Amino acid sequence: MEKVTTPTPESKDYSTLNLGPTHPATHGIFQNILTMDGEIIVKAESTIGYIHRAFEKLAERRPYNQITPITDRLNYCSSPINNMGWHMTVEKLIGAEIPKRAQYMRVIIMELARIADHVICNTVIAVDSGALSGFLYMFQWREKIYEIYEAICGARLTTNIGRVGGMERDFTPEIIEKIKAFVNDFPKALDEFDRLVTRNRIFVDRTVGAGAISGERALEYSFSGPNLRAAGIDYDVRVMNPYSSYQDFDFNIPVGTRGDTYDRYMVRMAEMRESLKIVKQAIENLPAGDFHADVPEFYLPAKEDVYSKMEALIYHFKIVMGETDVPKGEVYHAVEGGNGELGYYLISDGGRTPFRLHMRRPCFIFYQAYTEMISGGLLSDAILTMSSMNVIAGELDA
Amino acid sequence: MSELLERIQNKLNNDLNGVVVSSQLDYDFPVFIVEKANIHHVLETLKNDGFKYLTTMCGIHFPDNAGGEFAMMYQLHSLERNERIRVKCFMSEKDLDMPTATDLWASANWMEREAFDFYGFKFKGHPNLKRILNMDEMNYHPLRKEYPLEDASRHDKEDKYFGR
Repeated sequence: MEKVTTPTPESKDYSTLNLGPTHPATHGIFQNILTMDGEIIVKAESTIGYIHRAFEKLAERRPYNQITPITDRLNYCSSPINNMGWHMTVEKLIGAEIPKRAQYMRVIIMELARIADHVICNTVIAVDSGALSGFLYMFQWREKIYEIYEAICGARLTTNIGRVGGMERDFTPEIIEKIKAFVNDFPKALDEFDRLVTRNRIFVDRTVGAGAISGERALEYSFSGPNLRAAGIDYDVRVMNPYSSYQDFDFNIPVGTRGDTYDRYMVRMAEMRESLKIVKQAIENLPAGDFHADVPEFYLPAKEDVYSKMEALIYHFKIVMGETDVPKGEVYHAVEGGNGELGYYLISDGGRTPFRLHMRRPCFIFYQAYTEMISGGLLSDAILTMSSMNVIAGELDA
Repeated sequence: MSELLERIQNKLNNDLNGVVVSSQLDYDFPVFIVEKANIHHVLETLKNDGFKYLTTMCGIHFPDNAGGEFAMMYQLHSLERNERIRVKCFMSEKDLDMPTATDLWASANWMEREAFDFYGFKFKGHPNLKRILNMDEMNYHPLRKEYPLEDASRHDKEDKYFGR
């Protein structure tokens, strides 16, 4: 960090501090040029785009099933939610009816992903306020979620989980055992972390009142997800526009009051418990039936059929080569991602690739309020505010 | 859905004197197409009608649509009534000046910068209209359809059997 003193018209000695683009405290590539009065931030300016990978352009040349790996790299802390959001967008366009079992399987995976996402966010807030042990302890549990992903799809971080039309394979009894064991054991670990951090004097002193935003202002900035709910507005896509059978489950939407770092932390803590409730209900009531829809043009046929049946071979070839045309149309589908409303706006001109794909990335939209939220506060609060907003560079820059 | 479409269309046409050029239902979204000159009035009227949440906005390029090559799409959400709508306006490639929506929603700031960056819309009245995701030195707008993704000189990518 370089510190340059610049005199200003108000005859005050402000200094300019360049925080980023790579800074150990910001967990990602974010640049903020801060005008400082001592330790108080007077003005801030963000520069973003350091890991921009042109996803919206890339998507215009890729067949539908090849866009799923791109979505992995948006919010890479909860890739399965991004994958499912994309599958559901295409399913809406082609009008596929997803069987209940596949919907419940998706809900289980998405809620586990939400827990993994919130584990990272909350432990990182603790790390930034000086508590490293909770982080290392909780990461064992994130690891267990990754083991479940691995058993389901073979991948851990960028999962590419599920397919357009359902899931790629059914849950094996081992996977169900693993999920049940996680649901059973995780609350104890969460309680321990809770006791370690939530009422810790240092943590409370550091986070209460830091980086606060009012509900009204948060709405003007189109906040969504835990950051909006921490400001007291109970908007959750899972309840407002239920998808994938979320209406079948009984869960609460935790909200905060002040919209500060502590409230964001508390909302995420409470959401993890609600997610566990959903996973528990889904795994106990997992319906029997098929794990994918009957859409042969889009869903890869079983391997034994490919070797023995003519149509299956043709469909397999067309899907793998990306030669399946998708109907003309314009859809928007949103899911509740780890950070809020993750939406895909898709225009298809009837070809094999989208004509236009726009991703509504919650991070991109709420990060613009960051400069306003940290102005007038301490530099150390700015670091905590960023980690509590859970700004993920992949989703910010797309 | 069609009731919502009808209600919003009547409201806009009554308040703003026949402003809706056309409307349709795209899956679960009522879509309204308006003239560019009226877009700010329409958005303001809708915001006062309860659509207080700007979900997203983006530009679209239709190179074959003569006279309306570019479109700007706005998606609004009324959180109280749980209604979502989409508003679009088309414009010629010769005139990409647009009124800004930053005076209505603070979140429009970066979304408009993104639309400027990728398509070149010029939002009049925007407080800080400069590139956001691409580098400042870039002299073109990369999401326009005239820029193919792959280098045209790459013959190894040609696939004459599948017509891509």
